[in-house]
Amino acid sequence: MLSLLLFSPVIGIALLFFVNKEKAALIKSIGVGTAVLSFLISGVIYFFFSPGYTGLQFIEKQPWIEGLDISYFIGVDGLSILLVMLTTFLTPLALIASWESITVRLKEYVAMMLLLEVGMLGVFVSSDLFLFYIFWEAMLIPMYFIIGIWGGKDRIYAAVKFFLYTMAGSLLMLIAILWLANYASTLPGGRFTTNLLTLYTLAPSIPMDVQLWMFLAFALSFAIKVPLFPLHTWLPDAHVQAPTAGSVILAGVLLKMGTYGLVRFCLPLFPLASIHFTPLMSTLAVIGIVYGALVAMVQTDVKKLVAYSSVSHLGFVVLGIFSMTEEGMQGAMIQMINHGLSTGALFLLVGMIYDRRHTREISQFGGLARQMPVFATFFMIVTLSSIGLPSLNGFVGEFLILIGSFKSLFLGSVVYTVIAASGVIFSAVYMLWMYQRVFFGKLTNPANQTLLDLTRREVLVLVPIVVFIVWIGVYPRTFLTPSETASKQVVKVMEAAKVGVLPKADFSIK
Amino acid sequence: MYTYVSLIILFPLLGFLINGLFGSRIKSEKVSGIIGSAAVVLPFLVACGIFVEMLGLPAEERKHIVTVFEWIAAGSLSIPVAYQIDQLSILMTLVVTGVGSLIHIYSIGYMHGDRGFWRFFAYLNLFIFAMLNLVLSDNFLLMFLGWEGVGLCSYLLIGFWYDRNFEKSTTSDAAKKAFIVNRIGDFGFLLGMFLIFTTFGSLQFDSVFSQAAFFNKGNSVILWITLLLFVGATGKSAQIPLYIWLPDAMAGPTPVSALIHAATMVTAGIYMVARSSILFALAPDTMYIIAVVGAATAFFAATIGLVQNDIKKVLAYSTISQLGYMFLACGVGAFTAGLFHLMTHAFFKALLFLGAGAVIHAMHEEQDIQKMGGLKKYMPTTYKTFFVAALAISGIPPLSGFFSKDEILWKAFIDGSPILWVVGALTAGMTAFYMFRLVTLTFDGAERFDTHHLHPHEAPKTMTTPLVILAVLSVVGGLIGIPHSLGGGNQFEVFLEPVFEKAAMKMSLPYHDAAAAEYLLMAVSVAIAAGSISFARFVYLRRTDIAAGVAERFPGVHALLWNKYFVDEVYDAAIVMPIKKMSEVLLWKGVDVHVIDNTINTGSKFVGFLSEIFRRVQTGVAQTYALVFVAGILFVLGWLIVW
Repeated sequence: MLSLLLFSPVIGIALLFFVNKEKAALIKSIGVGTAVLSFLISGVIYFFFSPGYTGLQFIEKQPWIEGLDISYFIGVDGLSILLVMLTTFLTPLALIASWESITVRLKEYVAMMLLLEVGMLGVFVSSDLFLFYIFWEAMLIPMYFIIGIWGGKDRIYAAVKFFLYTMAGSLLMLIAILWLANYASTLPGGRFTTNLLTLYTLAPSIPMDVQLWMFLAFALSFAIKVPLFPLHTWLPDAHVQAPTAGSVILAGVLLKMGTYGLVRFCLPLFPLASIHFTPLMSTLAVIGIVYGALVAMVQTDVKKLVAYSSVSHLGFVVLGIFSMTEEGMQGAMIQMINHGLSTGALFLLVGMIYDRRHTREISQFGGLARQMPVFATFFMIVTLSSIGLPSLNGFVGEFLILIGSFKSLFLGSVVYTVIAASGVIFSAVYMLWMYQRVFFGKLTNPANQTLLDLTRREVLVLVPIVVFIVWIGVYPRTFLTPSETASKQVVKVMEAAKVGVLPKADFSIK
Repeated sequence: MYTYVSLIILFPLLGFLINGLFGSRIKSEKVSGIIGSAAVVLPFLVACGIFVEMLGLPAEERKHIVTVFEWIAAGSLSIPVAYQIDQLSILMTLVVTGVGSLIHIYSIGYMHGDRGFWRFFAYLNLFIFAMLNLVLSDNFLLMFLGWEGVGLCSYLLIGFWYDRNFEKSTTSDAAKKAFIVNRIGDFGFLLGMFLIFTTFGSLQFDSVFSQAAFFNKGNSVILWITLLLFVGATGKSAQIPLYIWLPDAMAGPTPVSALIHAATMVTAGIYMVARSSILFALAPDTMYIIAVVGAATAFFAATIGLVQNDIKKVLAYSTISQLGYMFLACGVGAFTAGLFHLMTHAFFKALLFLGAGAVIHAMHEEQDIQKMGGLKKYMPTTYKTFFVAALAISGIPPLSGFFSKDEILWKAFIDGSPILWVVGALTAGMTAFYMFRLVTLTFDGAERFDTHHLHPHEAPKTMTTPLVILAVLSVVGGLIGIPHSLGGGNQFEVFLEPVFEKAAMKMSLPYHDAAAAEYLLMAVSVAIAAGSISFARFVYLRRTDIAAGVAERFPGVHALLWNKYFVDEVYDAAIVMPIKKMSEVLLWKGVDVHVIDNTINTGSKFVGFLSEIFRRVQTGVAQTYALVFVAGILFVLGWLIVW
């Protein structure tokens, strides 16, 4: 079932081979149809997913390189199920959103988007480090092309920067993975393995001096992806240059791989090192929250503003993870989804106005509320979600993260929370100031006086996101329950490690 | 009736959804207006039913909690959407829905012809929804939802006419300022909640307050909690140093100023302090700070109110000042007195604003009282009701403001300090003065506008009816709280007392019998009010030269007051600009572009530079390769031999 989901986008790619590149409507329909199909399959998986169960579900395992115990091993658990859903949810929306804005090399574009989806899903379901690494790297390629071919003016610079930045981190991770697999073979009764479940049992007892390096190798790769201050400078460039759908996926899903990686690998594999580096990671997270917000405030390009706001929001997620409390961890999990929805929607909205005006300079706008009331309303709702208004999704995540970090014994100081909480002020400042300059005031620029409000297709893209924005805000239980057991499990491992209890090496895991 | 509390919340939400989603298609002001008003009148009726039922129950059975569903749960945190009905919350609900209903009905007339008519009612309903969540919540977090929700509605409504200018800037600037300043307060509220959660392990009122009863007075954690909560209160209830947003909030339509920025939302801070009275009672230092901040704000805002010429601005500073009174009351432990004033103030201040709205309408959006005058013959109902409200706020017996204000002053004297009383009494004098300056300049004397072009007329029935009802309430509203010293039973205090029982025990304030001092102070404050009123009438009716003369004699003082002590300018120069400059120059163009990106680009250039060197090795000439190859072999052989 999970494999079917994972490779369902490939069906679309295969179909595309047989389609004449002139038939634009057909190509788009295949793309959207395939993405919707994937969403439906993931819906079935979500339906049969049992949230109370600890550990992986929908497991599939096929030996791949038997001598090295590398296998095609996939499964979902509470940490990944919602991210899988987010991926399959955002991909069709992103494709519909680029219905008219992509005109050149359409066929390749749709294929790249679908390929990207495979990569992203692969990252979230892999339970074998080698397989994970393949997907992790493979996903870079379509993204590189999406930015590089369909991007803006400086797309090449942005694409290369994006690629090299991420690549630099990943290489260290590869070395760490190999070391880890090899380490397994040095243990009594051990063998070379990249099976994540086996490694969970033996990596925590790696000697501290090595463990610190291992943590750093993994964490660097993830921190670049998140991105954590000061490794974030690829993000504004990539976002500004990427086409709308690229930005939506980039912000909506790709960034989550970083935070997901921290929870999935860094914490449970290297709990002692994680605890050791908690002050460092939390400090960077908190700096990112305030720094991202302040820099977002002074941007003149809406898209760049949203990009910097991501740095701020993801800082919250990292803080939640390293609070290592149930509240904080659950907050981080749901905040990943929230950010995917809110920021994804923001990029969609920015794309919609860019399609009309071919500019994103804030100073070019003003008074749009009168000309485009529907657009203004959607933008307002998403803005409020982004600044964490209670009863919308963003608040639930931020609140849980902050309360978790406030009580966290791992952090040991409320200073982190106090500084992070000041982010609620700054987020209101930069978002509302931008909103005011774009939508309020008099409609003075003649270029804006003929703008048309949203089309039906555009409304169709936004409504599902807004539904979830409200749903998560009003009744977050639906989205907190799936990850509850898994979050608890991670926190339990960390708490045990704190008092010196580490798991016993176990090679019997199949 | 208690179980129907959810209906109170539900009606305004439905009203918001109907007008918000379908308002543009309804196309009929009448339908939109009726839906919007019904969404507030119906909850008022339900609240009345609950209130009547409550009166029939003995005091200890009056509290009731209705849980709707679990909202947020993670780890040891579990927050329900649950509503608590008790004496305090039903009082607030009655004020919010009662005054709210009148203002909704008034708005049908006031907003007539506005292109955003339905949008206005949608926002107004959303506000009522949020406000009711705030006052009915049984935990801090749901209260916070209402708290931020009313802030949002305030933002949307201040900027309702988003393309208009307001003073030196725009309405949207005013809206944004309100939201952000409130967020600064909310920052304190949030941290306060975190501290409550780590201290008590819960955010539910019942659990927190019953545990708090076992804490000692002066506990330092409680001190921090109360200070942080009070920071939140200063934001929402416009106290020093966060009051600056409220005068600008007058950029919104006048019914909004009446409902949100006078009668209800701005009192949320007082409600919050009163609700958490037990915590505050445990922190005498915080109480002291509250009393001082309240008294200082009352005085400070009143001085600014003395010289303003914008009819709404005078009322705005008056509101800040009156809120200061309420905090002064809370600060000396007289929570019921604070709430009493909250209620009477809701009546007469809403009335004043609605009256001002009628005037502004009649004057075609003119707000400068120097350009009015003589309006009483054009709009008699508005004049009469406005006059009544001015008397009430000035504290003339037996109008409502007299009882509530006098109780605060007496408690400030006896449980606080004589200095607080003096500040309060001086403020009362200034209040009476600027209110009657306002009344006189607006309604009396000769017209100072062009009577040929402007023909002011009385407002329509939908607007005057609420004025009359509020005028009646402003007159008789105080009668439920006649103090014992004047032979009354102070039913208001008796009704609310159980809510503050625990706090009262902790504070253990001495019981005072009616003393000669009380009568004396009462007489003095009435004399001050009456004297100020006569003086204002005299100055602005007979001797208009005096005011101008004073302003000329003390140009510095006048400029200082006229410019509101330049507080906005100071904040701007000391906080806003530095942050903006730092973010742009230092963080973005400095750290981001220069330091980080340059480091990385230099790194990649260095790699490029190295490759440039090594590239030369790859000459592509086979002979060179062969030569190097041979040299290599020789080197290795030589190495092996020597070694």
